[in-house]
Amino acid sequence: MSDDHVYMTLAEGHEDDARWAYGTGFEDPLHGVDIAVPEGVDAGEVAACCLALGDDALVSAQRLAEWCTRAPELEEEVALANIGLDLLGQARLLYGRCGQVDGTGRGEDAYAYFRDPGDFRNVRLAELPGGDFAFSITRLLVLSSWRLALFEQLTASPDPVLAAIAAKGVKELAYHRQYAAEWAVRLGDGTEESHRRMRTALEQVGPYIGELFTAYDVRDEVVAVLRQVTEAAGLPMPAWKPSPSSSSRGYPMPGAGRDGDHTEHLAPLLAELQGVARAHPEATW
Amino acid sequence: MTKTDSASSAAGSTDPRLDGHDEQDLEQHFDATIARDQRIEPRDWMPDGYRKTLIRQIAQHAHSEIIGMQPEGEWITRAPSLRRKAILFAKVQDEAGHGLYLYSAAETLGADRADLTQRLIEGRQKYSSIFNYPTLSFADVGVIGWFVDGAAICNQVPLCRSSYGPYARAMVRICKEESFHQRQGYELLMTMMRGTDAQREMVQDAVDRWWWPSLMMFGPPDDASPNSAQSMAWKIKRHSNDELRRRFVDMTVPQAEKLGVTLPDPELRWNAERGHHDFGTPDWSELQRVIKGDGPCNAQRMERRRSAHEEGAWVREAASAYAAKQSRRAREGAA
Amino acid sequence: MSSTEGVKDEWPLYEVFVRGKRGLNHVHVGSLHAADDRMALTHARDLYTRRNEGVSIWVVRSDHIAASTRDEKDPFFAPSADKVYRHPTFYDIPDDVPHI
Repeated sequence: MSDDHVYMTLAEGHEDDARWAYGTGFEDPLHGVDIAVPEGVDAGEVAACCLALGDDALVSAQRLAEWCTRAPELEEEVALANIGLDLLGQARLLYGRCGQVDGTGRGEDAYAYFRDPGDFRNVRLAELPGGDFAFSITRLLVLSSWRLALFEQLTASPDPVLAAIAAKGVKELAYHRQYAAEWAVRLGDGTEESHRRMRTALEQVGPYIGELFTAYDVRDEVVAVLRQVTEAAGLPMPAWKPSPSSSSRGYPMPGAGRDGDHTEHLAPLLAELQGVARAHPEATW
Repeated sequence: MTKTDSASSAAGSTDPRLDGHDEQDLEQHFDATIARDQRIEPRDWMPDGYRKTLIRQIAQHAHSEIIGMQPEGEWITRAPSLRRKAILFAKVQDEAGHGLYLYSAAETLGADRADLTQRLIEGRQKYSSIFNYPTLSFADVGVIGWFVDGAAICNQVPLCRSSYGPYARAMVRICKEESFHQRQGYELLMTMMRGTDAQREMVQDAVDRWWWPSLMMFGPPDDASPNSAQSMAWKIKRHSNDELRRRFVDMTVPQAEKLGVTLPDPELRWNAERGHHDFGTPDWSELQRVIKGDGPCNAQRMERRRSAHEEGAWVREAASAYAAKQSRRAREGAA
Repeated sequence: MSSTEGVKDEWPLYEVFVRGKRGLNHVHVGSLHAADDRMALTHARDLYTRRNEGVSIWVVRSDHIAASTRDEKDPFFAPSADKVYRHPTFYDIPDDVPHI
């Protein structure tokens, strides 16, 4: 039957068993990249950066996984899973690099499963419960725009592995941002109900945005994207105040995820994520 | 270009309906196509019964894929390694995709996906009984891959030669992905069986719970399966329930031996004379109860599907409203 | 199924055509539901290509497709006139086709 050739052609060259473990692209993005930390590059800084960005991705992926079997339409199940898988893939690569450069030689699972909430360095926006679809889309819009801007900068990182991870991530994140932006506009400019829900979502997300810019100079890019989307959607810009980092003050200010200060939502999220692994600490899976 | 109505014809200068070809001739042509093992395509004439049976079979297959996301999907957030998390996440995503391919095939026959979803939610259409069982540990994820995807492959590979073209083509795509799923499930079990005592116990426990329900996936015994004969005559179904069940057992026993697990059937043994394994009789009354809605998780599965669909309504409506606004703006802009 | 605003929550059906990396032309791979063209393209990427790069996708609303029958010379092609299907149900015959 000649029709069967269609699928053969489409699937050609993708017999790689590990394809789904890497999100989109089917090749190993670190193939051929030298893992040695170059002269003059602070390994500790690279490690801290990878850890924080890895935590952001893992926690975000976990929230996206919660939409499984609850998405508003079957096509969105596939789309949200794609985004979740991309982020999970990024987390794995980042944790992998962390283990290579932080002196511990730990594997990805050690970071994901055997650290406590206070050790996590994700931004708090990532750990908030998923809420309704409007909230999740709004959160995804903010986080993906922010992460894309960060990754674009990191493609020039002096650490070759981090640069390679960022280069792969940029393509994925552009897609995530596009997906979120299109949905934000549909919901903002859809029905009265969807508009109302989007307004609420923006109000809920707002307070957690300042934290994103404390350590990274990407505010302008992110604001530009948000402005463009909210205008197209007929929505107000979210309001936030710049968030001071506690580390520069000495006195711990509440709520910077990058400092290990989290909301009450992270602990239950991690309990679910880590429970089975921790019940069998010596096991391989 | 002129739109024609149904009374005129594209076939030379004759309209077959006016030319003495009646339904009997159409039916003969249909039967001959089936007999030659050729495909029926969406715009071909087909008996009503064939269309209805196909819609029901394809829809129930699609519903199974979607409902099947639930027992495994529950474990994505708890998967004990990032690699397993990614694999499981991808597998469940594939299942959503399979459901979509199958609904798509059903729609070529004139069904409407929203209507099929409604029938599922109201209990007027069914899904595979196997998904009414709970997943109690992470080992269940591996065993589902091994048994349930294994059984599905036994069932589905022959459907790649189903008489209805879109269904057969969807099955080709699905089979490729499902063989990957089965391998991943089995690989997880191999890893666990080579692991800690607790992991080995977890695997054996999962096997004990999933073996019989998996055998029941193939449906009631042939002598209790009234619809099968017509489906087989139409080549919608290519093998009988018992044949497929036998094939599954024969395939799985050596895999179990390699794994080092015991299948919970004292009557299971190789019969050299027959060249097949003998095995015990499933509890058909359990299958009946589960099909009728009285399984461990029926209510929960339906409730999840129903609430996702209902809670998603405002989102779907918003997207439709936006699309309508954009169309109107485009028309007004062009005016 | 519609809300009080009278807006439908059902999305129209789109047919999807994909040309693979090594393909010469687009082939029909299936269908999906989407609210608009942009969404249909995104969904088609996710569902039918797993976002594999270098693949070209066409999406067309099913009710915008005009189709002939599979074999126009075949006298047994007759579709039933009283059933309406979402899959291409009508066909246009170009004015310049001879012998029609």
